[in-house]
Amino acid sequence: MFSFISRRVLAGLATLLVSTFAMYLLVDAAIRPYIFMDLESSTKPNKAQLIAQRTAELDLDTPSVIRYFKWLGSFVTGDLGTAWQSGQSVSTLLQGAVISTIQLVAAATVLAVIFGVMVGIVSALRQYSSFDYLTIFVSFVLYSLPAFWVAVLLKQWGAIGFNDFLRDPNLSLLAIAIIGVVVGLFWSLAFGGTARRRLTVFAMGFAASAVALLYLQLSGWWERPNLGPVIIVVTGTALAFAITALVSGLKNRRALYASLSTVVLGVIVYYPIQSVLRQVDNWWLVLVLAVVTVAVGIGVGYAWGGPDKGVSARAAAITAFLVGSMIFVDKVMKVWPAYFGATAINGRPIPTIGNSTPNLGGNFWVQVLDQYTHLLLPTIALVLIQFAGYTRYSRASMLEVMSQDYIRTARAKGLPERTVIMRHGFRNTLIPLATIVPIDVITLLGGAIITEKVFARPGMGLLFLNSLQRGEIDPVMAYLVIVAALAIIANIVADLIYAALDPRIRVNA
Amino acid sequence: MSNTPNDASQSGATENQIELLEVEGLSQGQIVRRRFFHHKGAVVALIFLVGIVALAITSIGIGGWDGWYAYKASGQGSTYPLVDGGAPSSQHIFGQDEAGRDVFARVMQGTQTSLLVVLAVGVIATVAGVLFGALSGYYRGAVDSWLMRFTDLIITMPVIVIGAVLALLSGGSNALILGAFLGLVLWPPLARLVRGEFLSLREREFVDAARVAGASDSRIIFKHMLPNAVGVIIVNVTLLMSSAILLETALSYLGVGIQAPATSLGKLISDYQEAFATRPWLFWWPGLFIVAIALCVNFIGDGLRDAFDPRQKRIPSERKMARAQRVARPTATAAPSATGEAGAS
Repeated sequence: MFSFISRRVLAGLATLLVSTFAMYLLVDAAIRPYIFMDLESSTKPNKAQLIAQRTAELDLDTPSVIRYFKWLGSFVTGDLGTAWQSGQSVSTLLQGAVISTIQLVAAATVLAVIFGVMVGIVSALRQYSSFDYLTIFVSFVLYSLPAFWVAVLLKQWGAIGFNDFLRDPNLSLLAIAIIGVVVGLFWSLAFGGTARRRLTVFAMGFAASAVALLYLQLSGWWERPNLGPVIIVVTGTALAFAITALVSGLKNRRALYASLSTVVLGVIVYYPIQSVLRQVDNWWLVLVLAVVTVAVGIGVGYAWGGPDKGVSARAAAITAFLVGSMIFVDKVMKVWPAYFGATAINGRPIPTIGNSTPNLGGNFWVQVLDQYTHLLLPTIALVLIQFAGYTRYSRASMLEVMSQDYIRTARAKGLPERTVIMRHGFRNTLIPLATIVPIDVITLLGGAIITEKVFARPGMGLLFLNSLQRGEIDPVMAYLVIVAALAIIANIVADLIYAALDPRIRVNA
Repeated sequence: MSNTPNDASQSGATENQIELLEVEGLSQGQIVRRRFFHHKGAVVALIFLVGIVALAITSIGIGGWDGWYAYKASGQGSTYPLVDGGAPSSQHIFGQDEAGRDVFARVMQGTQTSLLVVLAVGVIATVAGVLFGALSGYYRGAVDSWLMRFTDLIITMPVIVIGAVLALLSGGSNALILGAFLGLVLWPPLARLVRGEFLSLREREFVDAARVAGASDSRIIFKHMLPNAVGVIIVNVTLLMSSAILLETALSYLGVGIQAPATSLGKLISDYQEAFATRPWLFWWPGLFIVAIALCVNFIGDGLRDAFDPRQKRIPSERKMARAQRVARPTATAAPSATGEAGAS
């Protein structure tokens, strides 16, 4: 194991060295015209002298191979260089950019993985049904969409439409009916089964969404959005049932009661916790609270005891996390009226550029809400594009797994279908996915260029693109080193995950 | 249906019917073609794509030849007085931009450029991928390890990042050169697949037989092994080309791909995105053409994969099975006259 890792790390370092060398030469050749672009078109009398001065300043007379080693020397000692046009040092430029990109990529990847895997697996379980065909078609369309086109559409259409809606939040009955029909159709296709069952599911989906939308409308929810204890209880109970059904099956009463008791616990602490949340002023505290929540969930699960405490603990922990998230979201939503009325917002709360509103002020929660509204559109754009890939991948993987002999064995020995799918099918489906996701995340870290460009988010991709077009090699190289290093690490991690999850694969060779 | 024996049982007849299609003594090419043309989505996509290509070439012409469309896309005299404020009208079917240029002509020109880039990417990536993949799969050893090291190198960077640097390097005014540079980014995955295919093919008996018969290495590679790997190659080149069109348009949108005075679908979107609020048609058409082309290529690729993959037997949907049963039943029970047709409809 150790020798495997050290060998891979050494090979990775060598790859990194060669890769940066090649990229340095390529970038140097590519940006050369851009370095003198402003001077060549100038009519100053001392043009030749200015060109010579810049050549000397950037050391362009030295062959690029030698310049690479000079750059490498200073890079290794921690000097990342400067962006010569603005004079800023690369390390300051990178600091803000890295955080902005990680925010964007983390949110988008989590959502895309969850939705993509869910839809892909349901689609595989209902192979050759209308839902399956619909999923395949939608994923094809999403796969063929140019990211920049979607992003510009969202920016120009989605943002303006949503902002107009928020100014006067009134859905017509027709709109509510259409949304209800779409939601109902989705669920009825996803559940499948006989015509009668489909019709029931459709009616339930339609009624639930229509009633929910009407309630939101009539109670003025859009003006002052919140979850409140009532919605938390209702949604939490539903979640508790759903999670228990997936994790252990509803027959396992202890798991169900454990999940339900975390919901009750969440509602009990809802009012006391508000004063704590008011004190929260950074993300570390939020993280601590999240860990405490999960720990409480696990504790509740164990407290219910029984022969399989672990299962109860797992169900309760997941439920606790979700209920905690709802309380968090509720707190963020509560500052919405203040945010909406702020002068810096100017009545258009869904921004299309940047990653924060300048001169907004306000406390931690207002800042969080501000970050969220800025993340909304870019995240949707990224999720739409990534969703297709994960759906196709998890569908193919699930189909492969479900045709294995051990699935037939599991069915033959009389296991309930839930156990077959969740324990034998789903877990094995996740193995190849677990190796795809880290590589994908890293690629996205470097490659969210288009989204960042369209939404003018000052992230790493935009830094790379702008520096490239301004002819600044130092920031470009710093970006490339980070991306390449992360990619190499991600590949090693993916191999290790694969070996850890799949006992047929051993890395000690 | 006519050769179904009358005394066969019902389910036997259905099975026979399905099996007869497979055993009629077809060549590999025929089977593939037949399976491909049974894939409705792929056939529709193929017709659509051919239509787009024909439209792009004939409407504004290519090279020195002027097409049937009345307005020019670029060059002198390509601005026209605004009709209807530039909105789509009977003269300018896709409308005009603020300078009075005809959007249909420009979109067609952009389509030509983008397709040319994709074609160049396809040719370069196929040649390089097949050649290096075949050599490293067949000879293994040093060639193989160099190829693997090289692909390791390429996958350390997102495609769009290397693409941006190479596109900038290519200057961007010539579609073919840009395509060739982008082809250099996209071939390694294809080479890896071809290598894998060759690694398994070289252990097969017919390759041994050819070698024993005294065939040279190049003959074995090109005459004996390559035709057996053609399915993998065609399918993956198709998928590669669909990612190439998205890559080219994205790079042109970012301003590092195709540069003025040339134009491409991505560049049109980047030129016109500011005009979205006032002249939305400027923005819709190029985007729709990108989506249409990419979607067509993806569907064709899907159809080809199904056609080439012998392991994948498409299970007919429940409705089709029911229909086949209904068709089979009257013939199997030898029902007289038209009831069979009536049952099927």
